[in-house]
Amino acid sequence: MYKIFKRPRTFIAFGVITAIILLVQVAMKFGGEEYVGLVMSGLSGTFDAPAGQVLNGYFVCFIILNLLLIHVPILVALIAGDMISGEANMGTLRLLLTKPVSRVQLLLVKFFAAASYTLILLIWVAILSLLVSIWLFGTNELFVARGLEVNILSSSDILWRYIAAFGFAAVALITVASLAFMFSTFSDNSIGPIVACVSVIIVFTILTQLQIPFYDETVKPWLFTTHMLGWKGFFYVKGEQGVTIDGSIENSSAILKSGLILLCNTFVFLAVAIWHFNRKNILS
Amino acid sequence: MSVIIRARDITKTFGREIKAVDGLSFTVEEGQVYGFLGQNGAGKSTTIRMLLTLITPGSGDIEIFGMNLPRNRKTILRRTGAIIERPDLYKYLTALENLRIFAKMSGLNLTDKVLMEHLAKIGLADRAHSKVKTYSQGMKQRLGIAAALVHNPDLIILDEPTNGLDPQGIADVRKLILHLSKDLKKTLLVSSHLLGEMEMIADSMLIIDKGKKIVEGPTAELLNPEKILVEIVTDNKEKAIAVLRTTKWSGSLSDATNGNIMVELHKANIPDLNSELVSNGVRIFSLRPKHSLEDYFLSVTKH
Amino acid sequence: MTGIVTIAAYAQKAENLILRIKEKLDKVKDYEARGTMKMNVDFIKAPVANVKVYFKKPDKLKIINEGGISLVPKGSINININNIIGDISASDVIDGGRDSKTGFRIIKLVPKDDNANVVLSILHIDEQQVVVRKMKTTTKENGTYEMDLVYGRYADYGLADKVVFSFNTKGYKLPKGVALDYDEGKVKPPETDKEKDNMGVIELNYSNYSINKGVPDSIFK
Repeated sequence: MYKIFKRPRTFIAFGVITAIILLVQVAMKFGGEEYVGLVMSGLSGTFDAPAGQVLNGYFVCFIILNLLLIHVPILVALIAGDMISGEANMGTLRLLLTKPVSRVQLLLVKFFAAASYTLILLIWVAILSLLVSIWLFGTNELFVARGLEVNILSSSDILWRYIAAFGFAAVALITVASLAFMFSTFSDNSIGPIVACVSVIIVFTILTQLQIPFYDETVKPWLFTTHMLGWKGFFYVKGEQGVTIDGSIENSSAILKSGLILLCNTFVFLAVAIWHFNRKNILS
Repeated sequence: MSVIIRARDITKTFGREIKAVDGLSFTVEEGQVYGFLGQNGAGKSTTIRMLLTLITPGSGDIEIFGMNLPRNRKTILRRTGAIIERPDLYKYLTALENLRIFAKMSGLNLTDKVLMEHLAKIGLADRAHSKVKTYSQGMKQRLGIAAALVHNPDLIILDEPTNGLDPQGIADVRKLILHLSKDLKKTLLVSSHLLGEMEMIADSMLIIDKGKKIVEGPTAELLNPEKILVEIVTDNKEKAIAVLRTTKWSGSLSDATNGNIMVELHKANIPDLNSELVSNGVRIFSLRPKHSLEDYFLSVTKH
Repeated sequence: MTGIVTIAAYAQKAENLILRIKEKLDKVKDYEARGTMKMNVDFIKAPVANVKVYFKKPDKLKIINEGGISLVPKGSINININNIIGDISASDVIDGGRDSKTGFRIIKLVPKDDNANVVLSILHIDEQQVVVRKMKTTTKENGTYEMDLVYGRYADYGLADKVVFSFNTKGYKLPKGVALDYDEGKVKPPETDKEKDNMGVIELNYSNYSINKGVPDSIFK
């Protein structure tokens, strides 16, 4: 962790995230009602859309989290993909491995550092996207626009969902970190693992979103990108005759399943990293 | 004297064809400075990396401190310090921060005061708080040595420790090695291209070529065998060669690097050689016995 | 002859009934009401909202949810009976007999103006209380609305304690590219046919009315 936060590139990631979030918040401040109108356009045939009520801190936070689906994983890959290959590239890996520390121990400690960085980054995202949005836009009920349905959540029923969603996002991002980390053990330079990880995320995300029956039935249920969106499930509520049931989750077992699949992915990536690294000849 | 390193028939092949080390065996005894010599690509670095578990041997076994290496890796490495090739350190950290990290990795929680003492020993105390990226190659080399010694190891493996050092720096490293060996009774395995330096410090040595052992033994014996090379300095090389071709030394002729004639013969026969040449009208300016490590090295590794 | 007189007299009774209801409603120039609003629409899940309903003669109506988001059906002006009964002379009053189940009088109002949005209104009237218990209004632009009303202590003003309001909904779909949805892996229900009309229901329960206390016009902007 000490080494991670001593490098300038770490702070670039925090800077980029801060800039993106602030840009979105400024855009929402000056043009948010138009965006809300677009989101609610599916309802405009039947209802008068109260854009002013919809635009509040919880809604803005939800928008920001949607937009960050690609960006934050890239920033996580930037650090995690450098954990082993960066040391190899610098030539310090061979020094570390001549110390009385087992390779597995070294790997796990480094992975723990990458995971901790991921969590710190996520906490920063949470502070900026939720707390600052609430400060700027206040709170109200949350309008959640789903593909074929709208959920409106009571304002007293939202905060715990965000905490749960960020918790789930942590699991998802650690999966990304473990993938980048695994690639890092295969390379002696940092660019390769980072590019490989980002490419995998982009390709898998496209497959996740394509809605082609062949992929839907075969590949999609197993892609970690399919399950990374599970944080949204905390905002899908049960209803009884159209009335939301506070404290409910529409499909908690789906979220649990997604979480378990993500943990399995993490475990597999880490296991491959350990297996490979233990056998690797250190020539750098 | 006990054996610190015992390597038996170690072999390492990369891919299908590249045999970097081929059935190599050697022993390093306690308290020795053991020289490890070979041309570029001979297999020295691969061997050293195998001793430090960076590379797994394809076959053979290695014992260090009487313990099997892979099984007792942590115990062995706790007592071993090493520099491998150019010592790359964390450029974005200071010398003190680097040393702190490597001390921690060795299982030590040393105070800054103690770390500063280590840096003072290698003359870097006044630059302790500068980032390593501002260091010269010589300073990085010295810091690498400090990192290798920070946990007071019993066995020290140095791969090209004088790289990038000026003559004073080289002399300092020589003094340090001798101090570690003679005064502190450490065991050192040193690989270097500076044969003159090795000649001055190594108690025993191993010369390898194409991954195979060429010769191993005490330095004194290797450099002073019964048969030695003699360089003939004359003003008529062709006549001297013609004369020598009629003698029993006709099969032992070769060229020195400076173009003079070299003859391999017993030390006791040097006067006879002189007489033979002079009596056949060859004017001799000098007969120089060549027993330096460089000549010996080149003679055993020539292709 | 007697039959024609009877029919004529009966027809007048229908108009009289409407006039008596209008008289009641005319007592109310404005009101501010507190209540709760529950929505039951196919594709919406929303909490029960605490709302304020403002009315000002002749036809201003506004539902405000200060603590949340309220989706108000378009053309909600039609929720107001006052607007339907407003000018009797503008509509033909047709006696529809009696509902055999409820015993309520059925009266149909057909606007004389062919360009009016409202095409037909069918009122079920409780003759004893002189209140409209059910209203079905067909409009050109917004389909058919239905209202069921239950009265309590404000019956004298023609103000209901509970209004259940049904309206047409068009199928909902989120524009693509706005956000990625979480696929929960369950079998998707068939997409709502956008062309087919579905019904949504709003239930308003009023806890109290402040009648004729004055409501500023700015509320309705």
